[in-house]
Order: sequence, then structure tokens, then C-alpha cells
Amino acid sequence: MSDNDDVQERKATSRTALAFGVTALASIGLAVTYFVLGGQEQLEGVLLALALGGLGFGFVEVAKHLLPQGPYVEEREALPSSDEDTAAFAADFERGEGWLSRRGFLLKMLGLAAGALGVAALFPIRSLGPSPGQSLFRTKWRRGSLVVDEQGEPVGIDTLDVGGAITVFPQGHLEVEDSQTILIRLSRADVVTRPGRELWGPEGYVGFSKVCTHAGCPVGLYQQQFKRLLCPCHQSTFTVADGAQPVFGPATRSLPQLPLMVDEEGMLRARSDYTEPVGPGFWDRGT
Amino acid sequence: MIVKRIVRWFDERLGAARFVRTALNKVFPDHWSFMLGELALYCFVILILTGIYLTFFFTPGTKEVVYNGSYAPLKGVSMSQAYESVLRISFDVRAGLVMRQIHHWSALIFVGAIIAHLMRIFFTGAFRRPRELNWIIGVTLLLLAIANGFTGYSLPDDQLSGTGLRIAYSVVISVPVVGVWSAFLIFGGEFPGNEVLTRFFVIHILIVPAAIAVLLGAHLALLVRQKHTQFRGPSRKERNVVGARLWPTFTAKTLGLFFFVFAACAALGGLAQINPVWIWGPFQPAAVSAGSQPDWYVGWLEGSLRLLPGWELRAFGHEVPNPFFSGVLLPGITFMLLYAWPFLESRFTKENREEHHLLDRPRDRPVRTAIGVAALAFYAVLFIAGGNDVLAARFNVSVNFVTNVLRVSLFVVPVVAGVLTYRLCKELAARSPTAGEPEASPGAELISRTEDGGFVEVEEPARTP
Repeated sequence: MSDNDDVQERKATSRTALAFGVTALASIGLAVTYFVLGGQEQLEGVLLALALGGLGFGFVEVAKHLLPQGPYVEEREALPSSDEDTAAFAADFERGEGWLSRRGFLLKMLGLAAGALGVAALFPIRSLGPSPGQSLFRTKWRRGSLVVDEQGEPVGIDTLDVGGAITVFPQGHLEVEDSQTILIRLSRADVVTRPGRELWGPEGYVGFSKVCTHAGCPVGLYQQQFKRLLCPCHQSTFTVADGAQPVFGPATRSLPQLPLMVDEEGMLRARSDYTEPVGPGFWDRGT
Repeated sequence: MIVKRIVRWFDERLGAARFVRTALNKVFPDHWSFMLGELALYCFVILILTGIYLTFFFTPGTKEVVYNGSYAPLKGVSMSQAYESVLRISFDVRAGLVMRQIHHWSALIFVGAIIAHLMRIFFTGAFRRPRELNWIIGVTLLLLAIANGFTGYSLPDDQLSGTGLRIAYSVVISVPVVGVWSAFLIFGGEFPGNEVLTRFFVIHILIVPAAIAVLLGAHLALLVRQKHTQFRGPSRKERNVVGARLWPTFTAKTLGLFFFVFAACAALGGLAQINPVWIWGPFQPAAVSAGSQPDWYVGWLEGSLRLLPGWELRAFGHEVPNPFFSGVLLPGITFMLLYAWPFLESRFTKENREEHHLLDRPRDRPVRTAIGVAALAFYAVLFIAGGNDVLAARFNVSVNFVTNVLRVSLFVVPVVAGVLTYRLCKELAARSPTAGEPEASPGAELISRTEDGGFVEVEEPARTP
């Protein structure tokens, strides 16, 4: 080893020692941070990084300057087994297989047993959840449900000014995901009712399911100026005045409209549940 | 000699000295790109370490509780046990927040490292015979890493994770025939479901990590059995591996890498805030905000959900809704193609008749390289589309405009990128004096150390035929 190498090696040794020293100091710092300062996440992160970085630096120094560099050559033996080994393996396997195939009846019975047990073992999967039944076809809205806001306060015909929009639920079912409805007040001249929905929007109040028909996010952004509802997740856009039809983005269906009416006290109530499933499509939804 | 006595004690019981000696002498090639897989491995170790710590404090419960911890803005707010326990970890468990943030950062780097590693394997043809099995295991590991990232992201039950779950639920119910039933069984009923957090917790901390650990073991076992690939170079041949031995040089090097990765994650975890769930607030089904983006590795799926126009199939009273195509079909095809790639390629190149231990330079495989770059461009556009609202706000244009531009880009950019890459590869290969051949370097000599510590010259022809 030449003198130059010797110097290099001594330098690397001291750098490594220094790095490990940094680790020790930073570790003490970590203990102090934890016990004395009562924890402080920025300091913890920095000190931990210093402690680990010291070790990392030290090890790399050792690997680069203090350990044999090679390069070493390792021969690669052939992967496949020799022909004799393969043949011997096949022969051994066939010997066992021959024993089995002479007992074909037993094998078939074993197959039956394993299959039956396998099927029986599948049944507990059923316990994981209830049958979907009608739950995707219905919400908590019923005929006569009182419309309440997110605080549970009933909504009357004076609650919103024209252009206003709030999220409402059927009374007694606050925060129920599939029943969330966005209630918007339009000027009566703006409403273009779809056939069969002439009575659903009293006093310019129209209610639409707030569950996006694309992927189920709440269609939370009402652009008052354009009378459009925008889903912030994937930007499906619906035109409110003519029945919340999709005009942009991935949604294919209008937001279902909640049939509304005004009771004698001037309070908004549902005429019925939604007349079609709310939210994203599924195989059996029916068109 | 204490070492000798210990070795003898174990060897008398296991007879492992020979095997372990071979392992100690295993040679690892010295190319930086071989670190990417190690990087992923060490992120996994960091995830396990920090993850175990987090499990001691996290409660995967949906029961409503009223917050009474030390984060003043949420005092008195009703929230799920899960969200409350994440707040507790973040504000009231000493060292909890730094652990949580290191965990999240290393998860992001984990998936990134796996994808970078996959790109290295792809562009250098390291998946070719005999390594097809390890490619399959590797792609499965990527799938599991993404799955575990998503389940972990869902656990805090904050506004963002709830939105992610809502979309996932919609994607599941979009599957023809079995979708609705599957969603009800996974979530324990109609969304939000009472069971999903408990189940995702078990999946996140037990099932998937165990599967990753087992497959990682198999991944490394195959690597030891088949030995490393290497780039062409003087004295590097199909029949050998040239580089550093496992013991001691490579061990020191890779430990250095481990500590550096851990240090980087610790620095990020301490200094760079990530997923501040206390700002998002507890999940409320009727609330959502613009700028809701998932973790980066789910961005391409989010983008595909945003870009696909309102198309769906309806016939015979049934329908295949829109999210099926972007949320199920696209990732399905993506992973099928990934799994199938080694076999697809060898159908055309007929290269599976012999083993390949020397790596390709990407420029020498212009078609493969062009296809790879085109695919990356495709997913990059999808990824960008996952933030179309952020882009629209940043550049002050309408989100519709951004979306339409990206819809066109999704098809144009990959084609352009692919063609450019092909031309570039051809150009580079033509300029390179050693095009397609091992690098000539006459006079290069190699010294190898013998078992007894002596040195011998390894005589090598400078070129391999």
C-alpha cells in the first residue's frame, strides 16, 4: 500500500469516526428533546435525520475507502438441472403418480371431499355484510318528511332568497349519506320543469340528490351565476334549471329530483322518496 | 476464538457453514440503478417500524366520540374514534406526529421506488428468461404496495379519506353482476358502512404486509438463486457476475443506503408536513372541497375518472356504469399488460430460447424503449389530470378547458413521446461506436482475490463474442 493510500485511509477513518460521533450527539439530542422539551416534531425529525445520516455516511465511507473494492468475479453456474437429474426427478414423480392413479376411486372421493369442504368454507363470507336488498333504491325521504337543514332546523318558504342553496336532510336523519339533498331557490321564471314534475318545485324551490351520479361525491359547488352544480371530485356539471342534467364531465345521469311541497304552515316537505335510485349507477339499477 | 466457536455450534446443528459462506461471497454489481430495489426494501422496513408504533395508539372505530384533546379548533366536535385517535397521535402522543409523518412519507417513497425499480427492469430487459417469475412477483408487490397505501390513507377517517372511500365504493358497485354485493360485503353494508375501517385496518397492518413480506422473501430468494444481471462491460459475461461481495463491502454500502433513506424520511417527517388531517376535519358525508387529491400513486386512477367523458353501457335493463371503465377496466388492463409483458415481448423477439444475464442498453432496444416511454407518458397525463382543478386554478383557466386539453393529450402525448424516443434511440445507437456490442476496452485487467487472500489476474478477452 502506497503512502498516498495510507493517507486516504486515515482520512476516511477520521471522517467515519466523525460521522458516528454526530450520530451519538444527535441521539443525545433526541433524548433531550423527548424528556426535557416534551417532544417537538421538527427537532425530532432533524435530529433523527442527523443520527441516521451519520450512520449512513459512516457506512458509505467504510464501504468506499476502508473495505476491499474488488471487483470480484463470481461464476454463474447453469440454472437448469442436468438431464440425469431431470430424468431421475421425473421417474420419482411418476412412481408416486402411478401409485395414485391405480387408486382412481380414492382420488375422486378426495376431490369430492376437498370440493365440498371448500364450498362449505365459503359460506361464512356471507356474514361480512347484509343483503343489498332495496337499500340502493331507497333513501330516508318519505311522503311528508319535513325538510331540515344541516343543524336540524326546518326549512320554510322564506328560508332562502332567490339564488340561495343549502344542504338539507329529512327530519330525524341528519347526515345520512344517501339522503343528502341540495335545496336551491330559483326565480320561478327560471325553472324549466320536466314533464311530470310540474308540482315538484314550489315557490322556485328545487331539491336534487347531492350524491353525484358519477362516483358518489357530494355535488357541493353551486355556481349561482350559471345555475350549475359542480361536483368537486371529478367536475361533473349539472344544469339546475332544467332538472340537473349533466353537461360536462363523466356523469351520465341527471341528479334525481326530490318532489317537494309546501305544507299549511309554509314548511317544505317531501311529496315522496326519490322516484329513482340516487347516486352512481350499478348493474341492476334499471334504466 | 469466539466467532469460530459460535460458528461451530450452529454448524453442528444446521450444517450451514458452506451455504452461508457462498452467501457471504455473493457478488452484487456496482451500478447505481441496482439500488432502486433496495430503496423500496428499506422503505418497507421503515414502514414496518413506524407502523408498529402507530398501531399502539390507533383505534379503527367508527363510534362517535366528542373530541377533548389539545387541538383547540376541534374541541367539542363529534368525530369517529379513528379520527380522534389520529388527532391524539398527532398532538398528544409524544413523538407521535413525527412517526406518523415518517410513515406517510416513506409510503410515498416506497411506491415510487418500486416503480423506478420496475422501470429499470423494464428498460434494461432484466425481466427476460430466466427472470419472468421474479417479474410477476415484482408486479404483484407493486399492486400490494398500492393497495396498502390506499387502505392506510383511508384509516384516519378524515374528510379526504372519506371522499376516497366513497369513490372506491362507487367503483366497486360499478362492477357488473357482483359489484353491489361485493361492496356490501366489503363495507359491511351501504356506504359509509360500519365495518370498513376495522377491516381496512386488519388488511393494512396484517394481511397485505404479511403478503408483501412473503413475496419479498421469494423475490430475494429468486435473486440469490438466479444471481444478478449486469450491464455489459470488460470481463462481464453471460456466465459471470462482477461487482462487490456481500461481505463486507456490499453490506456496509447497503447499510449506508438504508440509513440514508431512513434519514431522508426522518427529515421529511419532521420538516415537511403531510396529510394534516386536523385541517381536513372529520369525515362528513355531505361535505367535500375542491382540490381533493389522493396520494400520488392513486393519481392516475383519479385522473382517469376525471377524463373519461360521460359514457356508459346500458342494455337489457342492465348497465355498466362509467366508473367501471376508468376505475376497474383501466387498472385491470394496466396490470394484465404488466404481468404479460415478458411473455408478450418474447413472442416477437423469440429471445426466450436462451438465458439473458447481460442487460440491454435502452437505446439498443428502440421498440421496447419507445413503448415504455409512451406508456409512461400515458400515465403521466392521467396523473396530471388527477389535479385538473388545481391546474385550472393555478393557470386561471376553466377546468373544462384543462380537461379537454388533457383528453386530447392522453392520446397525442404518448404517440409523440414514443416516436421521439424511437428516433432518439436510433440516433444514439448509431453514434455509439460500440453499438449493440460490449464496450471495448483493451488492456483492462481484473484482479480477483483467492480464498486464501492472494490475488490472481483474471484473464479476460476484452470482448465477448
